[in-house]
Formats: sequence, structure tokens, C-alpha cells
Amino acid sequence: MSAHQHVEGHLPHEPEKATLEGRNKVLGFWIFLGAEVVLFGTLFSAFIALRHQVLDGPHPSHLFELPMVFAATMILLTSSLMSVFAVQAMHRNKMKALIGWLFVTIILGLAFLGLEIYEFNTYVSEGHKMNTSAFSSSFYTLVGFHGAHVAFGVLWISLLIAQLFKKGLTVVTAPKIYLSMIYWHFIDVVWVFIFTVVYLMGKVG
Amino acid sequence: MATHAAHAHAHAHTHTVKRYKGLMDWLTTVDHKKIGILYLLAGFIFFLVGGLEAILIRIQLMKPMNDFVAADTFNELLTMHGTTMIFLAAMPMLFALMNAVIPLQIGARDVAFPFLNALGFWTFFFGGLLLNISWFTGTVPDAGWTSYVPLAGPTYNGTHGVDYYVIGLQIAGIGTLLGGINFMATIINMRAPGMSFMRMPMFTWAIFITSVLIVFAFPVLTVGLVAIMFDRLFQANFFEVGGGGNGVLWEHIFWVFGHPEVYILILPAFGVISEVVATFARKRLFGYSSMVFAIVLIAFLGFMVWAHHMFTTGLGPVANALFSIATMLIAVPTGVKIFNWLFTLWGGSIKFTTANLFAVGFIPTFVLGGVTGVMLASAPADYQYHDSYFVVAHFHYVIVGGLILGIFAGLHYWWPKMFGRMLNEGLGKLTFWTFFTGFHLTFFVQHFLGLLGMPRRVWTYLPNQGFETMNLISSIGAFLMGIGTIVFVVNVIIAWAKPRNAAADAWEDGRTLEWSIPSPPPEYNFKQIPLVRGLDAWWKEKMDGKTAMTPAEPLGPIHMPSPSILPLIMSIGLFIAGFGFMYQNHWVAAGGILVTFVCMFLRSVYDDHGFHIDPEEEEVQA
Repeated sequence: MSAHQHVEGHLPHEPEKATLEGRNKVLGFWIFLGAEVVLFGTLFSAFIALRHQVLDGPHPSHLFELPMVFAATMILLTSSLMSVFAVQAMHRNKMKALIGWLFVTIILGLAFLGLEIYEFNTYVSEGHKMNTSAFSSSFYTLVGFHGAHVAFGVLWISLLIAQLFKKGLTVVTAPKIYLSMIYWHFIDVVWVFIFTVVYLMGKVG
Repeated sequence: MATHAAHAHAHAHTHTVKRYKGLMDWLTTVDHKKIGILYLLAGFIFFLVGGLEAILIRIQLMKPMNDFVAADTFNELLTMHGTTMIFLAAMPMLFALMNAVIPLQIGARDVAFPFLNALGFWTFFFGGLLLNISWFTGTVPDAGWTSYVPLAGPTYNGTHGVDYYVIGLQIAGIGTLLGGINFMATIINMRAPGMSFMRMPMFTWAIFITSVLIVFAFPVLTVGLVAIMFDRLFQANFFEVGGGGNGVLWEHIFWVFGHPEVYILILPAFGVISEVVATFARKRLFGYSSMVFAIVLIAFLGFMVWAHHMFTTGLGPVANALFSIATMLIAVPTGVKIFNWLFTLWGGSIKFTTANLFAVGFIPTFVLGGVTGVMLASAPADYQYHDSYFVVAHFHYVIVGGLILGIFAGLHYWWPKMFGRMLNEGLGKLTFWTFFTGFHLTFFVQHFLGLLGMPRRVWTYLPNQGFETMNLISSIGAFLMGIGTIVFVVNVIIAWAKPRNAAADAWEDGRTLEWSIPSPPPEYNFKQIPLVRGLDAWWKEKMDGKTAMTPAEPLGPIHMPSPSILPLIMSIGLFIAGFGFMYQNHWVAAGGILVTFVCMFLRSVYDDHGFHIDPEEEEVQA
């Protein structure tokens, strides 16, 4: 049950849930993600309510470049898979593999962010700005909120990699890794909805 | 738990943590009991500010064609009164009771996340401070606490008033959300051995469901506030009709949050009343499981009724009919609760302490508010009541007559547990009678003012419309409520001067775990985590002739989290960033955000090993 039984480098089976503190963190974080679902749900509702108010701005069917967005989607989905491998490595207590998978995860996250910044830049140059229309405002707010979550995740996981080097994999660091990985999956799930509701629905109607 | 103690021994010698005293102790505390007191202090100060605003409103309306305050000022007063009372007074005072009581009631040493608990308090405090600084910068929010667009949008509200509202509430909202998450996790994970869900005290149940509501309702408000903020600061078009935006969208967003918010306010009061009535009727709470079911059902239905605030918006007869019916349904579980309280009192040997007076006063008052609620739920009739003083009377009956009476009941009931001192019963009863009488004088007549056609949120009114007498009565009632509050403050000051001598089981009839430990409890609450053998765990042990709870763990050093200044600094960072955003100074905004992020970085990098208290050693020293 407690930490001291495992100090000699033998981590318990699920180190993220080995202490009460760890269990609290995992549960609290799931509740937090519940709140995040509501947050994004509201952003989606606002977007769906306003998405036809294009005014003089470019229409989504002309604006969106699906191939690039599809590439971004695949990159983010792959990074989510990498984070699964990271947690598996953690459960097998393989530090090097864990750090490697985390590293790939954030590299892919950065690639996604790069594409998104490029995409936003292109849109702005085509006259699709924050203040163009209700469609553009709700688009940038929804997709931007998601992008900010990705950026925060990249910073967070980078910090955790540094902590792994310094502190090793312990019952203190394991819950942190685990939480950042569920967070990363959550971001990925949100993106699947954004890809469908914003981009695909924008293309067809 | 035995391994926990062993763990403690293994580390007990390794960490020494700096302990603070005096002011620094309060600024760095992560102890739920102290955070509860901070919430109470800050919430009560905001309660006095909001109360003062109410009195100024009532002075203005005391006679027709009055010009005691300017019309603009009146708008600011009514906006700040509503916003302050709901977000900065009522909710923090509820958080005070939650913090003071919940860990004790479930037999825990603290909440699940003590650091976040402190952070929640400080973000609330600095959000509230930011909102109220608007009085000194001269641009005060004036679009009502509902902040409807387009009135609150940049076109009709070009000054910084509404900026204070959106940014202040966002910062304070972080604190509320953290509190909700924290108490959900605490109640799920930290209950003492033997305390199953259906053995939890009713107040714990109420707070559990309230926390669920907070978690699922507050993010909606956050998004709405962000949208208004983007409209105002970055020329976005969420609610700007000229840019394709939609004003009704704000109404939906606000009330999808706003209606659950009403239950966030009232459910804890239900919990308090259930505890107080059972304790002073000296009977087990009647219909415990139906009470639990009713609270869950009210919370569920609470998410389904938001559009009853928008009957006159023009959603159409089908939507109005559905929301009408859903709203009326809530009367059923609420009625269950009312009858359960009455049956708890029925045949009990009732002690009319101040706390119980407030609880017993609560029941008929809340029924009145509930009845007008059902009247308002009828969509066709609502077209007549809408935006009249009838609505003002209704929601003051449920919020003041429900929530504030509940908070007063809870404060008088748990005061000895929080502070170790009894409040004076004579002064307490004087508080009750002045406040209760004042309340009904103020708001009962407002039903009729509304039916006569007096619109709400008006600065003044013409003579000879039949409004004069009732408005005068209403204003006199408001003064009486003010006097009741002052008597309460006097009571607190007198209690302060007295020695800390409250007994552990201060009312002698305590039923739940908090009454099994000293008043006020030691820092670690329970020397040994108790074993819970049934509902009303402490009462059950007393009935079995025991004088203490059966421990569920051996004595040993107790692990405690370290105090930290970071929550305070993080909140100050957000506070500074808020001003940066408002006045479009991006360096200040970035600087403030940076302060917050650096604090998060430090918190993540430096592990908190905490420290250990050995209760036996402490006793030897004492």
C-alpha cells in the first residue's frame, strides 16, 4: 500500500494509484475533465449556433483546407497513441522507454501546433479574422481554446520529462505522468469533435 | 491505514517544515478549518457590502420621485448588490461551512487537495476584490447581475464597468470550480472506514451534490464570460447582432449556468436544516433515503429548467410548455424534503436554540418562495409576473429566506465547533427575530407591488399609483434586517472576548462525527480515524454507552501538508493580469500570467513532503 515498501526501485503495479494522494489526484483529474467537457460543450454550442453567420468573410467551404487539417488530425491521433505507449512503459517501470515515448508525444504535439499556427495565419491573410463575423469569432475561440490546451500540454509534459530525469519514476512522479496522459487523450478526443463539427460540417454545409 | 502510520514512521525524522505564526500563518495555511474561517470572514465582509448596497437601494425607493442616488448609481447599486450577494457573499459563506464541517463529518484529516483549497479561497478573494475596486475607479458594472447583452456589450456599455464584472467573476469562478472538484474528490475518497454513501450525514450529501452541480455548471459561465470579454476587448461578434452574433445565445448560456447556480445555493442550506432539525428535535432525520433521492433529483432537474427564465424571450409554446412542466416537477422532491423536516420535528423533544429557530423559520419561508416559484413556472402567467417586483419577492424568498436563514442556522450551530466558543443565545434569538421580521416586512409586500405592476430595476416611481405605502414598509423591513445583522456582529464580538470553553459535543445532542472531537478540533482533526458503525455515527456510539468513537487505526505520527504562500501569489498574478487585460496593457497582462505560471512551475518541481505531528508528544508538551 504505502510508498516505503517500494523504495528500492521496485514500483508497485500501478504506481499512479499506489498512494492515497495518487488516487485523489487521478479521481480529481477525472472530475476536472468532466468540467472541461462542459467547457468545450458550451464552446461547441456557441459555434454551432453561430456558424452560419459568415457575413462578408470567406465561407468555410472555401476557407478550410481539408488535407492540411487531416494531416494535423493524424498527427494528434498518433501522438495520443504514443502517450498510450508511454503509460505502458511506465507500468513496466521502463524509464528510458517512458521518456522516449513522452518525447515523441510532445514532438508530434508541437508539429500539430505548428500546423495550426500556419493555418490560422493563412486564414487571417484571407480575411477570416477574429472580428470578421460571428462565425469567425466562435471558430477562433473554439479552435483556439483547443490549441491553448495543446500548448499547455506540451509545456506540462516537457516539465515532467525534466522531473523524470531529476527524480526518477516514483509514486510521486507516476501520478503526474498518468494525469498528463489522460489530459492528452482528452485533448485528442476534443479534436476529433472539432474535426467533425467544424471542418467536415463546414465543408458540406 | 496501519501502513500509513508505518509510512509516517519511516519518514518522520527526515523533513522539517517551517511553521508560520500570526498573519503569515493565515496567508499560507492549507488547513481546511482555517480556510473555512477565511471564507467566512471574507464572505461576511462582502455580505455587509452587499447589504449596504441593498439598504441604499431601499432608501432610494422609500418614497416616490426620490433622488437620494442618481439613476446611473442606482443601476450600479442593483448590479453590484446582486453580483456581490450571490458570488461573493452567499457562495463563500457556504464554502466556509463546507470547509469547516465536511472533513470532520466524514472522519477525514483534511480535504483531498489542501493546496488547491487555499488556491480556491485566494482566487475567490482577489476576483471579488477586483470586482469591487470598480467602485474606486469610477466605472462600475451596471448591466444587472445577469449582464444581458446588448446592454452589457461594447456598443451600449463602452466604459470598463462590465469588464470588471467579466474578469472579476472569471477569477472568482476558478476558485469555485476548484472547490467543487476538491469536495467531490474528498467525499468520494476520504470517508472514514465504515461510512458508506448511505451512512453519510445529510449535510455531506448536500455538499456532494452541490459540488457536482458546481463542476458541471461553472464552466458554462466561464465560456459565457470569455465570450463577452472577447466581444468587449477583441471586437469579437458572439453577441453583436451587427456582426452576426446572437443576444439570445447569452441568455441561454447564462441560465444554463444560472439555474443550477440557484440549486448550488439552496442545496447546502437544505443540508444544514436537515442537521439542525434532527439535532434539536433529538430524533433521527425522518426519511433519510428519500431525502438523498430528493436532493439528487432536484440537482438533475435543475439542469433541465433554465429556459423558464426566458419564457418571454419568445422560444415558442412547445419549449415554454416543456420547461413549464419540468419546472413544476421540482416542486415534488422539494415537497418531500419539507414534509420530512416536519416529520422529523413531529413528536421530537424540540429545543428552540437560535440555530433551530432559524431552521424552523426557514421551513414556512422557503415554502412561500417555492409556491411563488410554481406560480412563475406557469408560462402564460409568467408573462404577467415577468420583470416585476413579484419576481424580486420570489427569489429573495428562496435566497434570503432559504439560503441566508440556512447559513445563519449553520453558523449558530457550528460556531462552537469552528471557534471553540458559544454564541450568546439571547443575542442570537434577537438576531433571529429582527432579521426574520425584517425579512418578511421587506419582501412579502413586494409580491403585491409586483402584481400591481411595479417593474423591477426601476430607479424611482410616480406618486399615486398605490406603490407608496408598501415601498415604505419594504424599506423599514430592510433596516430591520440590517439591525439583525448588526446584532449578529455584536454577538460574535462578545463571544470573541470570552474564553474558549465549548465542549466537544457542544449541544449535547450531536449526532455526527464532528461532535466526537474537541471544539475547535486539533490541526489533524482525528487523533485516530474513527470506525463508523451506522448512520449518525456519533449518536449511535453514545446510545451504546460509549464516550468516544471506536478507532480504526493505531495511534501514530500524523502526516500533514506543508503551508504554502504560492496560492496567494498565484491569485495576485491573476489579479494583476486582470487589470492588464482590462486596460489593454499587454505587458501587465503577460506579467501577471507569468507570475501565476512560475508559481505552478515551482509547485510542480518542488515536492511537498509535508511534516508529521505526533499527537502523544503534543499531549506531553501540553
